[in-house]
Amino acid sequence: MGEVRLQDVSKRFRMRVGQEVQTVQALDRVSFSVAEGEIVALIGPSGCGKTTALRIVMGLELATSGQVQVDGVAVTGCGHDRGLVFQHAQLLPWLTARQNVMFGLEMKGMRGRELMDTAMRYLALVGLTASADRRPHQLSGGMQQRVGIARALAIDPKVLLMDEPFGALDAQTREVLQAELLDIHARTGKTILFVTHDLDEAILLADRVVVLRAGVVETILAVPLPRARGDLGQLRGTEAFAAARHDVWRALHGTVPVPHASAVH
Amino acid sequence: MAEVSERIKASEAAEPVRSTGHAVPPWVITLGSVVVLLLLWEFFGRNINPIFGSYPTAIAQAAWEITVSGELGQAALQSLQAFVLGFGLSIVIGVPLGLVIGRFWVVEAALGLYVTAGNAMPLVALVPLLILWLGLGFKVKVAIVLLMSVFPIAINTWLGVAAVPKTLIEVGRTFVASNTTILRRIVLPATVPYIMAGIRLAVGRAVVAMIIAEFFTSISGLGAIVITAANNFETATMFVPIILLMVLALGLNALIGWAEHKVAPWQAEISDRN
Repeated sequence: MGEVRLQDVSKRFRMRVGQEVQTVQALDRVSFSVAEGEIVALIGPSGCGKTTALRIVMGLELATSGQVQVDGVAVTGCGHDRGLVFQHAQLLPWLTARQNVMFGLEMKGMRGRELMDTAMRYLALVGLTASADRRPHQLSGGMQQRVGIARALAIDPKVLLMDEPFGALDAQTREVLQAELLDIHARTGKTILFVTHDLDEAILLADRVVVLRAGVVETILAVPLPRARGDLGQLRGTEAFAAARHDVWRALHGTVPVPHASAVH
Repeated sequence: MAEVSERIKASEAAEPVRSTGHAVPPWVITLGSVVVLLLLWEFFGRNINPIFGSYPTAIAQAAWEITVSGELGQAALQSLQAFVLGFGLSIVIGVPLGLVIGRFWVVEAALGLYVTAGNAMPLVALVPLLILWLGLGFKVKVAIVLLMSVFPIAINTWLGVAAVPKTLIEVGRTFVASNTTILRRIVLPATVPYIMAGIRLAVGRAVVAMIIAEFFTSISGLGAIVITAANNFETATMFVPIILLMVLALGLNALIGWAEHKVAPWQAEISDRN
């Protein structure tokens, strides 16, 4: 449960530039898949269409052509089988942390005791039990994003989608949350597709990295590191990490990847 | 993991509660300003012919007289009943109207122009017609108050809806919330500051509307006292309802501020106004 498949997904926008209307090809026949329980990073320079691709998987936008399937079912809009973690958490400012988590659950039809208990269980998962009754502005950026993760996970989606989830955080908080995400993945086994522009983050977290350039899949690289990543700080110092990083770096800069990480199409 | 969470909790603890930090409480400044104004008015007002102007002690005396006679209380009651009903209706109608106009382009295309044009309507010119329709009594006052205050409330709500961040609505969409749920649970709370600003603007207009109505009908309420006193050259008495209404508007404004704090406590905390 939780396999995502993109088949020839294209997206064209019409945009008014001054007097004329231009058509922008944001995605051009993008195809890749995320296996059940896998973590895949979608990486590329800004404007490459990676966020658009994620939004199409979520169902917030529709593809101009092509199809997205989750477990063989075509995506036609938003659904409870996918949970999205927004770039800046996007918590509802008038609700407490707990109420924010409860919001998604209520939309799924959960009520009463179960609603409260489930919300608290997921806040506990992200280590925020003590801050359950705080409003977003009383939480730091890192804590806000944890609530965002808890909110998306609480509805028990098959796939967790994340749009540059740690991009707005300071380096230290980012590292802590990266480790926590791997911890959550180990415990829940969720399929995760995340967008990032941070090369290190892609390699530290993902099993495979999809490199997108100007709306086209440049290459897909398997990260040759064991799933249990251990201490991420130590991992950064290893040669295997440096080699994998270099491969993705070259792919990002338009040179052909070399066989440290075999290209998987 | 638990250990890790503890470690960050210390480094990213939320900021402490800030105090207002004023050396003098704001109400002292306000009180001082009022005292200075009253003293100046008293000093210069006494040298003016009492037909052309008045001054605080004379107005206070006039107020005492019409209060004791019961005239002021009865007039205020008549005015306030119409005011409360008309203004209450304008909130009940204006807020939902603004919400649906702001949220649904079809409604905006169909009704938006009436609200914009209605706000600029020269209501005073229409009062004689309204009197023909509704008579000289309670109903026409309610209608005039409603027509003066409903548009600023609807327009502000409409603007507020347009300013709701798209991503907050997308939060609703990702959890498959219905349009009505998004409107009620995301758009409405996000629009509260705009709605409150609209209500504040409308208070002033509603007070003016009430007096306009009573000028034309001129048989009841505070407006009637103004007209009668002015016709009899009792300038001090004429000032009594005017000042009473201004004080009333201040009280309502404070009441709205209090209500805003009750309905949207997060707003004051976010904006950190002190």
